[in-house]
Amino acid sequence: MKICIVGGGLLAYFLARSLLSKGHSLTIINNDREECSWFARRLKAVIVHGNGTQPAILDDAGAASADSILAITPHDEDNYLICQAARRKYDVQFAFALVNDPDNEKIFRELGISSAFSPIGILSLLIEQRIGYDAITNLTPLADGKANLTEITLDAASPVTGKKIQDLDLPQSCLIVSVMRDGQVLIPRGGTELHPGDRIGIVSLPEVYPRVLAVLTGDTGV
Amino acid sequence: MVIVGCGRFGSYLANRYSRAGSSVVVVDPDPGSFTALSADFSGFTIEGNAFEFAVLQQAKTGKADLLVATTQKDSTNLFCAQVAKVHFQVPEVIARVYDPSLAAIFQGSGITTISPVLIAAESFFPPA
Repeated sequence: MKICIVGGGLLAYFLARSLLSKGHSLTIINNDREECSWFARRLKAVIVHGNGTQPAILDDAGAASADSILAITPHDEDNYLICQAARRKYDVQFAFALVNDPDNEKIFRELGISSAFSPIGILSLLIEQRIGYDAITNLTPLADGKANLTEITLDAASPVTGKKIQDLDLPQSCLIVSVMRDGQVLIPRGGTELHPGDRIGIVSLPEVYPRVLAVLTGDTGV
Repeated sequence: MVIVGCGRFGSYLANRYSRAGSSVVVVDPDPGSFTALSADFSGFTIEGNAFEFAVLQQAKTGKADLLVATTQKDSTNLFCAQVAKVHFQVPEVIARVYDPSLAAIFQGSGITTISPVLIAAESFFPPA
């Protein structure tokens, strides 16, 4: 896949490195000359020096033939403009924008940039949902962040160990989808009994998540 | 009406509309820029970046009949113009866009763009 990245810093560097290692061909647009030569020395990518919000620079970088554009500058309005240009002028399949102001995530979608992604939004979601809680090993947003997949390891103190899933007082909008026990994965049914040490995967809506946590860990968080 | 950017162009518009009796809100990140508003300016000033959604909200963009984006940066102007049009459904939205090729990309998106470059060029070489 031909990918064009507009942006700089370590974010662009590491993103480029990871995409290159997966075999994609890459162009990076950056408006800092020194950073461009730094990239050029370290990455097997085409580096274009210039302001990515200018259509002439996007033309130079071959945006018209790119399959996707990733706009990851620190300026939301620039990222927006780059994605709009990619969509409107070059008909690029996939335009991805980094948004810094979490409010803009929704706005970008409204304005037709469906792949807007807010690291701050995700971070604060994680913090709100107490990712700090040791037993939670994984938390992945699903369906644009409207649902989460999370994994929790049950300890002996958990009030649900020894109980069957059907007897748990879980909210409606959540589902236990997997149980990992002794290295084996079970797809649980209502009659599955939970044991201490089970690592369970749960899909839930964010609004019921604290309640799910409270039921499974006995910790009400207050 | 909301005017984004209180530079020469923005402050001129703000003063003029205010004098004509419109209720004007001017947004600019630099509080010093508001000194360009005349003594009889009767509108409101908001210190902030107009690409920040909360700032546009604070400026009561949802109630505006007109938004003019006049900052030095094309992308800021285009972005907040689009937000005003699509999210706040402001009936008339005008963005100053220096780069004519950017203005071309946003043609047909419901916002009016004014390119000083094109205006200057056309006054030197009137279209035949």
